[in-house]
Amino acid sequence: MAKKTFRMAINEAIAQEMRRDPTVIVMGEDNAGGMGAPGEDDAWGGVLGVTKGLMPEFGRERVLDTPITESAFIGAAVGAAATGLRPVAELMFVDFMGVCLDQIYNQAGKFRYMFGGKAVTPLVIRTMFGAGFRAASQHSQCLYPVFTHFPGLKVVIPSSPYEAKGLMIQSIRDDDPVIFFEHKVMYDDEEEVPDESYTIPFGEANLTREGDDVTIVAFGRMVKLANQVADSLAGDGIGCTVVDPRTTSPLDTETILECVADTGRLVVVDEANPRCSMASDIAALVAENAFDALKAPIRMVTAPHTPVPFSPDLEDLYIPTPEKIEAAVREVAGRG
Amino acid sequence: MQLSRGMQLSREELLRAYRGMRTIRDFEERVHDEFAAGTIPGFVHLYAGEEASAIGVCLDLEDKDRIASTHRGHGHCIAKGCDVTGMMMEIYGRRDGLCGGKGGSMHIADLAKGMMGANGIVGGGPPLVCGAALSAKTLKTGGVAVGFVGDGGSNQGTTLESYNLARVWNLPAVFVVEDNGYAESTASGWAVAGDQLKRAEAFGMPGRRVDGHDFFEVYDAAKEAIDRARAGDGPSLIHVCLNRYYGHFEGDAMTYRGEGEVDRLRAERDSLALFRKRVSEAGLIESGQLDDIDREVALIIDGAVAASKAAPAPTLADLTTDVYVSY
Ligand SMILES: Cc1ncc(C[n+]2csc(CCOP(=O)(O)OP(=O)(O)O)c2C)c(N)n1
Ligand SMILES: [Mg+2]
Repeated sequence: MAKKTFRMAINEAIAQEMRRDPTVIVMGEDNAGGMGAPGEDDAWGGVLGVTKGLMPEFGRERVLDTPITESAFIGAAVGAAATGLRPVAELMFVDFMGVCLDQIYNQAGKFRYMFGGKAVTPLVIRTMFGAGFRAASQHSQCLYPVFTHFPGLKVVIPSSPYEAKGLMIQSIRDDDPVIFFEHKVMYDDEEEVPDESYTIPFGEANLTREGDDVTIVAFGRMVKLANQVADSLAGDGIGCTVVDPRTTSPLDTETILECVADTGRLVVVDEANPRCSMASDIAALVAENAFDALKAPIRMVTAPHTPVPFSPDLEDLYIPTPEKIEAAVREVAGRG
Repeated sequence: MQLSRGMQLSREELLRAYRGMRTIRDFEERVHDEFAAGTIPGFVHLYAGEEASAIGVCLDLEDKDRIASTHRGHGHCIAKGCDVTGMMMEIYGRRDGLCGGKGGSMHIADLAKGMMGANGIVGGGPPLVCGAALSAKTLKTGGVAVGFVGDGGSNQGTTLESYNLARVWNLPAVFVVEDNGYAESTASGWAVAGDQLKRAEAFGMPGRRVDGHDFFEVYDAAKEAIDRARAGDGPSLIHVCLNRYYGHFEGDAMTYRGEGEVDRLRAERDSLALFRKRVSEAGLIESGQLDDIDREVALIIDGAVAASKAAPAPTLADLTTDVYVSY
């Protein structure tokens, strides 16, 4: 087993699936790069290099660069998925989903149900999300709550390189459309990732820390921050269970409710805007189903309800931090 | 050959055009250096090499005329009269930036100047241009709206839909396709099916192709299109062929470009050098006057950078202003 970055883990997962299954194809803007240009082929490998090396191995027929025309090529990926291929399409930044949303939620997400179970749409849309890159309002949003809202879509948010590889392979093999969220600040994160192929099932939360006092549910990059807080508070005698749901659709409600039943306290950490977020969704779930277990009000740690600001000074204030998570945990634990 | 209307501009107008192009060039070269030195955060897309397009198109526009720009927007901002210190401060994320530090390089706007914003969404601008043109037409302001898109952006559905809408509503709009040969690392020769002018023709719009290094060619085409729009005769398209001197964004290693491509472009396709040659050959302006402008502009850019570095950052109180947040 070798250390691999988040970027490499995703790349390896796609490459292994492409070797295994000839119907898996990749498409997106500059996913190889250099199309029609005088210099190098595979010049980019995607804007942050995640698909680099796929085109040289699998050829331009299976790694398709596209013009900048998201409605058409994301829609083409949907159509191809419904007719025999397994596309892994890249919507470069999730912020661009507005350009092609119809093809995702009205088409891909509804085929199976609307056609009476006769259609499958084995599609993966990979997309970059999240703040921290100084990329400003139209390149920094989270938006996974929006996709979670649409029935028929599956929504995956890996929290580490190991998770990313297993969840990506699962996503490619899944017969429903999957939106795969890659936090742009995590691409260089490294950890041990097995060389062989493995899957991580959807809808099974991972407990990254276990403790008796407070349950922290966190998503994507926020899992890392929650772990940090759990580790530092353990020294202070506050035990935290950190729940990484891995997928928001399907959502492992059972594990969340069990953990809250054990600890009686809940903090939800969600980098998205707070209204109609995963934070508010999980708060509602727990309030409805585990109210009696609660020893303190539920606390949500989220971004403010604003667009993502450009200025580094403001962006740092925007993103949930370990300090904000710790304060919330101490408060619900009565140790403020 | 018809005499260039650009060559008939007054001395003052020509000097203003040169000053604008020099300001864009210096601004971008300086942002490049500062980014490399690590003082500028985020994504920055430079317009160096493309100056004649922004200035040629915008020279005659007034504040009541609107433009919508792209991610590569600094040149359009300067051409439309945005304050360069305010722009630089914005790029540095300062509180006194044109957008309070909330927008950054990709979202600089100054609505009072008719600059409706750079845009992080490729193809985000053209529909807004239809709207601005509709306002001008409905409110009878006499204004026009100009939308810049790249060769890459020319393929977005929003752009093609906007051509159609502008024609159907007979809007006072001008679509400027700035074709710098690449969208990120992808060549426009590969990604653009058909031909930009035939696209215009297919939507019933007049179209003209110009050398985007040549201020005079751009100006002439823009004047014709803007006059047409102002006269109520509807939209047109200008296909501007030009080059970018830097990468797609700062940090792009540009391995997709040909060997020596950029050096050759800088030597042979330089809008500022071409402008100097044209005006001196025609005996319109002596080079000493242009040298004076070069010196003045350099000082202005120095001042803008120094002011930006010294300027205060926004604070927590600024995070939740300008948006409805209480609920
Ligand atoms: C809807 C959307 N898709 C993709 C991108 C990413 N992107 C930003 S600029 C760019 C290339 C644009 O090329 P072009 O329109 O030719 O403009 P240029 O960069 O050459 O000025 C791409 C793909 C984006 N910002 N928005
Ligand atoms: Mg281009």
